[in-house]
Formats: sequence, structure tokens, C-alpha cells
Amino acid sequence: MSTTSTPRPADALREGDTAPQPPPSGTARRLGGIAGFVDDRTGAAKPVGYLMKKVFPDHWSFMLGEIAMYSMIICLVTGAFLTFWFVPSMGQIPYDGSYVPLRGAEMSEAYASTLDISFDIKGGLIIRQIHHWAALIFIVALTVHMFRVFFTGAFRKPREINWVIGSLLALLAIIEGFAGYSLPDDLLSGTGIRAMQGFVQTAPVIGSYLVYAIFGGPFPGELIIPRLYSAHVLLIPAILVGLFTAHIAFVFIQKHTQYPGPGRTNENVVGYPVMPVYAAKAGGFFFIVFGIIAMISAIVQINPIWAYGPYDPSAVTAGAQPDWYMGFADGALRLLPGWLEFYPFGFTLSLNIALGALVLLPLVYTVLGIYPFVERFVTQDKREHHLLDRPRNAPTRTGLGMAGITAYSVFMFAAGNDIMAIKLGLAIEDITWFFRIGLFVLPPLVFWVTRRICYSLQRRDRDTVLHGRESGTIIRTPEGRFFERHEALVPSEQWILVQHDPVTPLQLTPEVDENGVARRGSRTDRIRAAMSRFYFQDAVNPVTPAELAAAHHHGHEAEAIEAGDDRAQVESAEVRRH
Amino acid sequence: MNEQDTPHTGTDVTPAAQHGTAVRLDEGHVVGEGGLPERFTNPGLPHHVPRMADLDDGAAERAEKQVATLFGISILGTILFVVLYFVIPVEATIDLPGVGLTSASNFALGVTLALSLLGIGFGAVHWAKTLMPDHEVVEDRHPMRATDENRHKVVDILRKDGGEDSQITRRPLIKYTLGGALGLFAVPIALQVGGSLGPMPQKSLSLTWWNGGPSGPGQEPTFTPMRLMRDPENTPIRADDVTIGSALHVMPEGLLPDPVTHEGGTEHVLEEKAKAAVLLMRLDPKQILSQKELDWGYEGIVAYSKICTHVGCPVGLYEQQTHHLLCPCHQSTFDVARDCKVIFGPAARPLPQLKITVDDEGYLVSAQPFMEPVGPSFWERESP
Repeated sequence: MSTTSTPRPADALREGDTAPQPPPSGTARRLGGIAGFVDDRTGAAKPVGYLMKKVFPDHWSFMLGEIAMYSMIICLVTGAFLTFWFVPSMGQIPYDGSYVPLRGAEMSEAYASTLDISFDIKGGLIIRQIHHWAALIFIVALTVHMFRVFFTGAFRKPREINWVIGSLLALLAIIEGFAGYSLPDDLLSGTGIRAMQGFVQTAPVIGSYLVYAIFGGPFPGELIIPRLYSAHVLLIPAILVGLFTAHIAFVFIQKHTQYPGPGRTNENVVGYPVMPVYAAKAGGFFFIVFGIIAMISAIVQINPIWAYGPYDPSAVTAGAQPDWYMGFADGALRLLPGWLEFYPFGFTLSLNIALGALVLLPLVYTVLGIYPFVERFVTQDKREHHLLDRPRNAPTRTGLGMAGITAYSVFMFAAGNDIMAIKLGLAIEDITWFFRIGLFVLPPLVFWVTRRICYSLQRRDRDTVLHGRESGTIIRTPEGRFFERHEALVPSEQWILVQHDPVTPLQLTPEVDENGVARRGSRTDRIRAAMSRFYFQDAVNPVTPAELAAAHHHGHEAEAIEAGDDRAQVESAEVRRH
Repeated sequence: MNEQDTPHTGTDVTPAAQHGTAVRLDEGHVVGEGGLPERFTNPGLPHHVPRMADLDDGAAERAEKQVATLFGISILGTILFVVLYFVIPVEATIDLPGVGLTSASNFALGVTLALSLLGIGFGAVHWAKTLMPDHEVVEDRHPMRATDENRHKVVDILRKDGGEDSQITRRPLIKYTLGGALGLFAVPIALQVGGSLGPMPQKSLSLTWWNGGPSGPGQEPTFTPMRLMRDPENTPIRADDVTIGSALHVMPEGLLPDPVTHEGGTEHVLEEKAKAAVLLMRLDPKQILSQKELDWGYEGIVAYSKICTHVGCPVGLYEQQTHHLLCPCHQSTFDVARDCKVIFGPAARPLPQLKITVDDEGYLVSAQPFMEPVGPSFWERESP
């Protein structure tokens, strides 16, 4: 309906070129009418206009949180569908559906209705598979998103609260996943519930009462599936969606962090506006995530509950495995030795179970949640941080994160010790012992290696700034010497390598003041100074303009390179510039 | 890029130290003395590089067509989904290379749904990347904290309006009773939920059907010898029928319904099974190393609880040659020749043994109930 007639190149519309204003089209007028109606009653035009021009920085790693968000939405939609057919009841009925091998078998209505969804309801299986795959991808994506936030230091002030919300979301997501996984009441998930019952029963003092409260009587009873159902479709999703909304609101209020780069500062956000770029990119990405999950669900079968049979507490399948996100707790149970059961005063305290099943899960998320405050205690950094760290520029944090991931992975892989024993032809005892020892050896080792790699990368960055990039061009001097020409970096490249803050360990102030009176809080300071040394004593700081000048000036013979601490050390290096 | 030392912003090499020795690094850090700034300065946003579609109408039109094609694929996917939904019967299967035998409807609906979604997704992203403006926009940030003025105002409102005007600060009686009331009001609600979720366990964690019948909370069964019944056939077992090396899945008499008529048995089958399941094995008596095990068995036939003492999974794997029992959940391993002692894994206690004998007709019967609670540990369980 546009009345513009002169053909104009695409870019002319963008380069500050004002096109003649066409009269509003019919569509625009109609849209304006509806929007006007809403705005007359809400005054939404101002905030909506602001939100539509909001700028988001662009980076592939910012997509991880989006994947988590979209898979959560997919779970909500497909989950609502599944409730139309699923019967959350443990009443026993004979099965008469179309899956022949189980016909006539006694089973719970929950299991029978899940079979119906899978075999008798058209498209039911694809919805069920999308739901399960999306749930797995949700937890994978939020975990990797968490890694991104951790390793780039995005949790620093002012985003500590959002980090805590995120940790809660991660914890709730796996509880939600466990509840949903248990609902079909098949033999595999029933065995999972059985194990959960065993975990809860070992809680000191209150364990047996807690179990009878949760199960409404002796295990398994007839209440656990309806109760897990209301937790899975109502309680936990309500909290999840609430916290998720707060999580997103924080991103809008605090504006997204950005990676360092030319033109990007702690006081700005550089990126693209929501309208039209992010509306199309992020909106399109929702469809891509949904489409990929649908494709996986079409091709890769997940959780074939019909193959396991209905739950029977005296039957079991070999190779029982939980969904991946419960693997770390299951693995911990496999590693904890039996001698951790104690009998104080005639009572039974089963730390061999309680530590892995009741302590580990909250512990992991508590440690995660408080990390920003630990780092803040060490650095005493009260500034706002909107520019992300490159992981190499925070070597100790990166090392700690990798050590944490390693410990988690040891637990998780330990949950597959039986499968590995079969597939690799090894003894289960040897594999279990490998993981037991690995749990103590691997995290410190990975910490040390990671930190060393970070230092090396930082030193390479320094080297690149000081000496330029290797050009691949070999030059022969008149005296017959050969050397490779190094090219200077352009400022925009150089900036990324030198933008971060130099760091030094905090110095301990004397414990007594000038009058010989003990200073208050000196113990805290000692701890802080020790932690600060641990974090920063080997820090490799960015090249300063003076160092670059020195390298240029003395480049032909020798140069001064700052060592890890403030000892200046002269290293001889063949530097070839000019 | 220029190998010559073109002075760049912030990287100027000024003749700070023209003397012959190496520059002392600590000199150069301070503006004024060394003549160099302490830090490099941000070079600012790089120049915008136009895309193909910005410069060339042909490229822009190609991009338009690509986006339209992707949206077209989406429409096609949707139509196919609708058609296939009606055409393919739900029970049809298809053998796909690399996938195996699978539901035809699931495969067709999933793939067409994926096409429908991916077409929109890739189309929109391609549109954004090729035709929508790619000029980076700069938005300013402001410190998160509100101004001091605003902060003081809130404190004043809380102190004056909330505290003084409401008189809460002047009237401690109200303050403390309000605190008490608010502190307690959740109790009835929490009590209702907490108190009514389930019954007290009483003795039921320590009882099984072998004690003489139903073992739920409040039951006080008296022991009578019970025949060991095959599960699921629900038939009694003669000692002669148990050959050396065999392992049988056993339930107590009266628990299971008749497998054909579905009559009899208890109404709480699963609850009773979860505690009463027993594994019956026959070993050569010479292999049994525990005298108690021999005494509680019958000519090398021994009965042990099938419920793992770790977290309660059924101990499902019996290795005939090594006479080891392995729990498939967490790999606790029990040695049947040594009174089901734990020889590996996370379980702490041996599997409880059920003392058995034979009755007048030669069938295996229980001689006493389990002498300790079966299954996972709990706090008030008596220590072994």
C-alpha cells in the first residue's frame, strides 16, 4: 500500500537518509487503532516503546540462556497438552490398550495412560518425546549458561542477586525434572522413587516420619504419583516461572553485560535494538530451538517406558540409570563406602547415603549461590561490572570453576560405572576405585592445569601486544641473519588484549596501629590477605603503554618483561620489529 | 597493519627514556614522570563494514528470496503435518535406516513439525542477518543505585510514616503482639499439611508379611510359619525342586493373589512386596562359610531378603559361579557364601536372612520372621 514510487537502494534507507513520509497505510491505521485502545486504558506506549528500542549486545554465548528459556517454554506448552491424557493415579487396572506385549498386565493408571499417550493417541508420542527432550535440553542449556556467567564473571556486582536466583532456578529445574521423570510409574522411574525413599529414610532422627509423610504411609502407597504430579505441574512450575520472570526482569533493569571490545565500556551497551533485529533473531531462535527438539524427538526415541514394564518393588532392570542431571547424586551414592554408616547411642546414622543423597544436592547449589560473595570478600571490589572478563584474565576463578566441573563430572560419570564396566570390559571395582581416587585427585589437578593455561594465554596476549603478530614473512638482513617480520596490532585488536584491570594481592596492614593497639578485624584481614594471595599472587597483568614503549625501544637486543609479581625481571628475547 | 610504528591512540611511543639501558617499568606507569599514561585508552567503535545486501540490490533481492523460500518451507511443513496427521494411522510402523523400527506417525509428525518450525526460525534469522540494519547502537548505562536523595526519602518514609505515624515505635505492646501473631499464623496451615500427609510409621518399618500377615502401621501380627511361594506363580516350593546353583524369587504365603483368578492376596500387594521379597538360593553346603547361615537354611538352601540394605532396590543379579549378589542400582555386592556380607559397594549391612525349614509335606516354610528390619537404614533402627 506504500505510495513511494522512486526505487531506492537498501542502504539509502539507513544512512540517515530521510525518505518522504508516506501516509499511514490501512494496516498501520488498524494497528494504531488497537494499540490506541490499549494505550488509552494502560498508558503502555511509553514502556513498550522503550523496550522495543532496548539494546542487546551480540555474542553467541548469550544464546545459551535463550536456549534454556525457550526449552522451558516448550516444556510448559507440551506439558499442558500431556495433562489432557495423563491420569495421575496409582489405582491398579488391567491394561487393554494397543501395546500387545503388556495386554492384560496389572498396572497403575498412570502407567497405562502413559502407554495410551505413546500408542493410542495420535501425535501423543511426539508431544511426550518433545516434552522429555526439551526438559533434558533445558537443564543442559541452563547449566552451560551458568558456566558462561561464571567464567566471564557476569555474577559480579550488581548481578549477585540474579546469580542466586539462577542457582535456585537450576536446583528447582532438576527437582522438577525428577518429579516429571517419575510420573509414568514404570519400572525404571519407580526404582528411582524407591531409591529416593531410601534416601529420605536415612535423614537423621526424622527420616522414617518424613518417608511416611511423603508417601502417605508405607512405600509405595497410592499417593506418591498424585503428589509428584501436583508438584510437577503446579507447585514447582509456579515457582520456576516466577523466578524466571524475576531473572529476565533483572536483565532488563540492569541491561545485559557485554564482552570487552573497542567502543565497549563499563558505561554503555553496544548492540542491536529489540525492534527489529532482536525480535527477528531471538523470536526466530525460539522456532529453531523448537524445530531442532521436534526433529530429535522424531528420530531419537527417549525413555521407552513400555520396554520397562509397570513398577513392581521386587523387580528391577539391570543398568538402571537416572536422567543425566540426577547422575551426580546417584554417582555420589555409588562412590560413598559403606563404613560411613555409624551407630551412635544405638541409633543408625547412614552417612554413606545421607551425604550423597541429602547433603550433596543442596550443597552444590549453596556453594554456587555464595560464590559471588566469596569473591567479593577476597577482592573487596565494590564497583559495578558490566564488562565481562575473558576467562583467562581471571585465572584462579577459571581454575576453581573447572575444578568444580571436574568434581561434578566425576560424580556424574560414576553413575555410569556399571555401563562402563560392561562396555569397556573392566571390573566394576576398579572403575569405582578410579572415581573414588579421582574425586580427590582430579579437581586440584585440573585447577592447577587450568590456571597454568590461563597464565600462559595471558602471557601470549602480552607477547602479542609487545611484539605484534607473526606475519609469516621471513626477512634476510644484509649480514645474512634471518628473522620473521612481526606486524603491529591495530588498536581495536590490541585493545581486547590490554583492556582488563591490572591486579595485585591485597597487602596486609600491620596488626597493631602506631600506638601498639591491636587493630580490630585483623583476623578477617589475615584470611582475606591469604585468599587474595591465592587468587592474585601470580597475576599476569596487561601490557602498559610504558612497557610497549620499552619493548619498541629496546626491541633489538633485550627487553624488560614484568614477571608474575612485582619483581622486574629481565628476560633476553630476540625481538624483531621494524 | 603497518609495520612502521605509526602512532596509534594510546600507544604513542614518546621519547620517555632515551638513555641506553632498559626502561624501568615503574617509571613509565605514572603520567608526568615517564610521560606515558598508565593504561591504554579505548579506541572506540570500529567502522561499520557494509554487507553485500547493503551495497548491491541484486544481493538484497537474493536474500529476500532466500528468506521467502525458508518461510515457504515452513508453510509446506505445516500442510504436510496436517495431511499426514490424517493419513497415517497411529499404529503404523516404519523401519528407518539408522533409526530402526519406529512409529511412522511419530516420525512423520515430528519431521514435518520440525520443518514448519525451522523454516520460520531460519527465515527470521536470515532476514535479520542480511536485510535488517546491522549498525551497532550504543546505549548508556547508569549506576544501579538510586540517588542519595531518593534513598534518604525511602528511609524517612519508613522511619517517619511507617514507624512514627503508625505509632508502632511508641507502642511496644502492639509491636510485640503483632510480631507474635505474624510469627504464629503460619502454624495452623503448616500443621494441617505436615500433620495430615501420612500416618506415623509405628513398627511397620521393622515388620514384613513374614511376621504373620499385614505389616502396615498399627499392625501387630503374630508369627506363624509360612510357606515360601514362587513369584509370580504363587506355588509352594519343595526342597527337592531347588537344585544347586538355582535362585528363586519368593513371596510369603497369602500375599499374592491367585495368578489365574486374581483372587485372594492382600490389598496392599506392592507395599508388602516391597518388604517381603526374598531370594531363595541353593549352594553346596560345603561352600557356605557361615555356621549361622547353614543353621538358618535347609541343606544348603538359604533365603535372603531381596531388598538392598542400601536404598532399597531389589538385589537382582545373582552370579551362580561366584555366589555373589549384585544390586543393579548402586552396585553393592553381597557374598551369599558368607552370610550375604557386603564385599563391595556403598551398602553398610549384610542382607537379612530368613530362617527356613520344611513342613510335613516337604515344602519350604519360614521358621521365624526376619530378625531385623529389611531394606534401607533409618535412624531408630536398632544397630546390628
